[in-house]
Amino acid sequence: MVDNRQNTAVTMRTPRARVKGLGASGHGASHWWMQRLTAAANPFLILGFVVIIAMMSGRAYPEAVALVSHPVVALILILAVISVTLHMRIGMQVIIEDYVHDRGWKLIALFANNFYAVLIAVACLYAILRVSLGRMV
Amino acid sequence: MAQFTLPKNSQVTEGKTWPRPQGANNLQEFRIYRWNPDDGANPRVDTYQVDRDDCGPMVLDALLWIKAKVDSTLVFRRSCREGICGSCAMNIEGQNALACTMGIDECQEHAKGKKTGAVRIYPLPHMPVIKDLVPDLTNFFAQHASIEPWLQTETPAPEGEWKQTPEDRARLDGLYECILCACCTTSCPSYWWNGDRFLGPAALLQAYRWLIDSRDENTGERLDALHDPFRLYRCHTIMNCANTCPKNLNPAKAIAEIKKMMISREI
Repeated sequence: MVDNRQNTAVTMRTPRARVKGLGASGHGASHWWMQRLTAAANPFLILGFVVIIAMMSGRAYPEAVALVSHPVVALILILAVISVTLHMRIGMQVIIEDYVHDRGWKLIALFANNFYAVLIAVACLYAILRVSLGRMV
Repeated sequence: MAQFTLPKNSQVTEGKTWPRPQGANNLQEFRIYRWNPDDGANPRVDTYQVDRDDCGPMVLDALLWIKAKVDSTLVFRRSCREGICGSCAMNIEGQNALACTMGIDECQEHAKGKKTGAVRIYPLPHMPVIKDLVPDLTNFFAQHASIEPWLQTETPAPEGEWKQTPEDRARLDGLYECILCACCTTSCPSYWWNGDRFLGPAALLQAYRWLIDSRDENTGERLDALHDPFRLYRCHTIMNCANTCPKNLNPAKAIAEIKKMMISREI
C-alpha cells in the first residue's frame, strides 16, 4: 500500500475519505464476465486454429487458400481472432491497472493496449476475409 | 509502477545478537524485525535465544519471554492470547499467523532444512510500520468501516428480534468468525499493489457476511458500493487469503460469491 502520510495534503483527509475516494464506478462485472466467456471459448477456438494450421502444413499455396475459403474454416478463424484479441485486451488492461500506477504511463499503456489489440484483430480479420471471399469474386 | 524493492531507508540490516540465557540447554533461536521511528536508523533483524524449558509452547509465549527476560524494548501487539482478538497477527516463518495460536514447534517444521533453524518474525507484509512488529492498520479498518458492517433495514424494527430461519443463519457460518486480524488482507499481492483502492479479502468477506444475511434489506445498495474494478475486481483469485487465515476461513470463496451475485443481477 502507498504510504500517504508523507503527503500533508493527503494526511489532512480522514482515513474514511481516502478509502471512499471517488466512489464506486458501477463497472467491472461485465468486464469480468467477458473475460470468463472468452476464456471458455478460447480453448476450443485455439484448438480449431491449430488443427487448421496443421492441415495447411506441407500443402501448396492454392490448397491452403482453398482451405481458408471453406466457410466453416473461415468462421472458426474469425471467431478465434475475435475471442483471443478481446481476451488479450481485457487481460492486459487488468495487468496494467495492477502494476502501472503513474497516471501518465497508465494512460499511455491503456491507449497502446487498445490500439494494439484492435490493430491485430482488424489485420487478421482483413486477411481471413480477403483470402476467404477473394475466391468467390 | 508497483514497488517491488524496498526503498533505501527500509532495507533491513543485521541487528544485535542478544546474549544467551545462562544455564539453559533447550534453546530456540528467534530472528525478529526491529524498527524504531525515533532513531532514524534502518530496520534491523535482532537475534534472540529463548529457553524453551522456561517458556510456553506458542510463538507469543516466546515473544513475551523475550520482552520480560531479555529485551523490554521489543514492541508487539497482543491481548487475548487465545486467537480471538486478532491483535498478535504477524509474519512468522514467511506465513501470516497469530503468534498466540502458532506453536514454536510448528514454526520449526517450517524452518526444517533451512540453514539457521531460527524462527523469523516480521510485521504483517506491505503495511506502514509504527514500531517493530506493530503495523499501521488505519486503512484496513477504514475499509472495513466503508462496507458498513451493520444490519440495515427499512422495515420498522420488530418488537423482539429480527427473525431468521436456521438455514439462513447457517449461511453466516464461515463468515461471522472473522476476527479482523488482517492476516489475509496483508498476504494478498493485489492488496500490496492497490491497497488504497482494493478493499482486500477481510473487508470483502465482511461485506459478503452482510450481503448474504437474510435480515438485511440493503443488499442492492451494498452491491452497488462494491461494483468497481478496484474495490472488488482486483481480486485475481490468488488464494493467499484462504491459505493464511488463522481461523481457517475462506475469503476467496466469499469474494467469488460476491462476483456471482454481481452477475446474477445482470443475467
